Amino acid sequence: MTGEIGQLALCLALALALVQAGAGLWGARADGSESLDLSRRIARMSAFGFFAFIALAFGALTFGFVTSDFSILTVAQNSHTLKPLIYKISGVWGNHEGSMLLWVLVLAIYSALMAIAVRGGARLTSGALGVEGLLAAAFVLFILLTSDPFRRLDPMPFQGEGLNPLLQDPGLAMHPPMLYLGYVGLSATFAYAAAALITQETGSHWARAARPFMLVAWIALTLGITLGSWWAYYVLGWGGFWFWDPVENAALMPWLVATALIHSTLATERTGAFRSWTLLLAIAAFSLSLIGTFLVRSGVLASVHSFANDPERGEYILWLLGLAIGGALALFAWRAPGIEEGASFEPASRETLLLLNNVFLTAAAATVFLGTLYPLLLDAVTGTRISVGPPYFAITFAPIFIGLLLLVPLGPRLAWRKGDLKVTLRLLAPGAGLALLSAIVIFAIQAPHMLAAAGAFALAAWLIGASAVDFRERWKARAVGVQNFASVLAHAGLGISLLGIAGTTLWRSEALEVLAPGQSMQVAAYQLRFDGVAPREGPNYFADRATLDVMRNGKAIATISPEKRSYPAEGQAITDTSIRTNGFSDLYVALGDDRGGGRWTVRAYFNPLAPFIWFGGAIMALGGLASLWGRLRPNALRTAAE
Amino acid sequence: MAPKKRRRLAFALALVVAGAGGAALVLGALKDNVLYFYSPSDIAAKHVSEGVAFRIGGLVARGSVVRGPSADVRFVVTDGRASVPVLFRGVLPDLFREGQGVVALGALGPGRVFDASEVLAKHDERYMPPEVVDALKRSGRWKEGEGSQ
Repeated sequence: MTGEIGQLALCLALALALVQAGAGLWGARADGSESLDLSRRIARMSAFGFFAFIALAFGALTFGFVTSDFSILTVAQNSHTLKPLIYKISGVWGNHEGSMLLWVLVLAIYSALMAIAVRGGARLTSGALGVEGLLAAAFVLFILLTSDPFRRLDPMPFQGEGLNPLLQDPGLAMHPPMLYLGYVGLSATFAYAAAALITQETGSHWARAARPFMLVAWIALTLGITLGSWWAYYVLGWGGFWFWDPVENAALMPWLVATALIHSTLATERTGAFRSWTLLLAIAAFSLSLIGTFLVRSGVLASVHSFANDPERGEYILWLLGLAIGGALALFAWRAPGIEEGASFEPASRETLLLLNNVFLTAAAATVFLGTLYPLLLDAVTGTRISVGPPYFAITFAPIFIGLLLLVPLGPRLAWRKGDLKVTLRLLAPGAGLALLSAIVIFAIQAPHMLAAAGAFALAAWLIGASAVDFRERWKARAVGVQNFASVLAHAGLGISLLGIAGTTLWRSEALEVLAPGQSMQVAAYQLRFDGVAPREGPNYFADRATLDVMRNGKAIATISPEKRSYPAEGQAITDTSIRTNGFSDLYVALGDDRGGGRWTVRAYFNPLAPFIWFGGAIMALGGLASLWGRLRPNALRTAAE
Repeated sequence: MAPKKRRRLAFALALVVAGAGGAALVLGALKDNVLYFYSPSDIAAKHVSEGVAFRIGGLVARGSVVRGPSADVRFVVTDGRASVPVLFRGVLPDLFREGQGVVALGALGPGRVFDASEVLAKHDERYMPPEVVDALKRSGRWKEGEGSQ
């Protein structure tokens, strides 16, 4: 019964989305204020109704998963009665059909928030709701035509097939909703930009209306990527945090462009500069989200994310992608000549720095784009299968990002329109001093001496030191609102992540040995004594659990117990790594193969500063949150105008 | 008007410089850092030089996995027509099994043994790496409806 309710709710939601699209777009071009008012009201009501029906459909599917209703195909293929409750729930989006439903649920949430939002004129709001309604209709249609989550199974099996054990993890339960909150949040920004172009209200107030959505999307993307990277680190057992895998790149590209967007919007809102550019970025950011979805969901990429390879689905998303991106760009090309110029600025000004930020970020996104899509293109055209790995990204992405990071601290300390570079540089001198000092120290203690190491730490110190200066200046200026410290937090977070990346990359130690009980291995300053492997039973898996005593200078300081788990329902095995962290460094141990006679392969890493990578990501997200906080206070608009 | 024009010019110039720089970096990097994919038949047919990094894919031949005294593992990758011996030192992925699909990254070493630095197996039971499917199709060992869903 629940399945039928869900399906019915989806159909009704589709109808409402179409009403929302029609009424909203009509309102954007309506003549009188009366018809505008009416169509806007209809669009708003439809948005609320759409949310209610999608929530009902999502609730129905969740109910199916929680009660293990195996008469629903999606549940039967992806759940199991013995699975812990949290993974029954996260299993809802651990498959293609359910994850698309989650995508639409997030879209419905944003749509309803746009209907509540007070900012932006009536015409703009109406148009934005219309565009969002179009996107909603396209995605619900996609679900109904190609990925029905409520398809029945007859006869109904006694037991489900279970969920990929790699996905049965608390970090991963949260990763997809976060990432979707980011991807889909960019659809709201896109809708406002498109509405601004349709209504020709391309001044600064569309940017002001879109800004909170942009920030939520950016925060969620930052957290989603951080969670994903952390998950890869502790689940895959390779000790790495970023692999330049196409699926990771699919999330990184929208993040890079969204970062450029939240910076260029600052100028658009404040002085009206970069109007057309900001509109174009808003379109590009959501387009990259769609491309990411296509890459990940269509099965063209091989990864844990490609749930099923159904060419029909890939084709539909490709059409949707083409129509959305092509339509938006055509609209932009048509309207761009009419966009007014903003205020002018001097070469030494915050606008220039924001411009450089955008140039670097979009160039970085372009290199990732080429590296990710070139293999697909080459395969499609010539049939040659190649892959582009980390060396490519090290050569292209790194230099661009170094250029960006060198300039980051200058921006917040240069005045709008006309700044004084000398004053700014003098102010930031302590940051530069700290950078020089860390470069010298790292160069001296590091053996062999490496300029790259010294440079990486100097750059991180420059970011953190300059953020401290920025904080002091803002504090002195009695800037009390949290939003004034957004850039301090975000830029310092970037520096902290960089410390983590540099430390782990440069000083990691790795050891791989086959150990019999009683034997020891050495990694960095630690000895690991292997005490053997014992079987253990989990809720829905059997594990081989190893015990290793961690010793330092002959003294036992801890016990560490990595596992190998096998899931009978899914017929799969995974490695459960064991990580001992003190907040500054990780001791990371993974259990390998059984070599017989009680001997096992053990792989251990010592990763200095690794926790900083994700800690920095969290601080960056906090910076975004601080900026959002400032936007959502009632008098924020007035303060911004001053 | 002048400052506006100058600004636009500066913007355009910055974009051109960044674009050209980026393009140069990308083209240079793509030329030197692309990894080709070869099936065992490709390796038998073409001349692949020793020491050139590439990826190989196919099925792990049944009964071919030999674990050495240290962490070494030897196995044979086959596509049904040709096969290549592989040497790997490390922890094999959890889903590495005899008779199943595998992709390895490395280079040919002495004696035409593929010295693998990384071994990837499929992520779950339902999934087969597309390169492997391709290699098996070309050698005529692929049956529709097998492996990938």
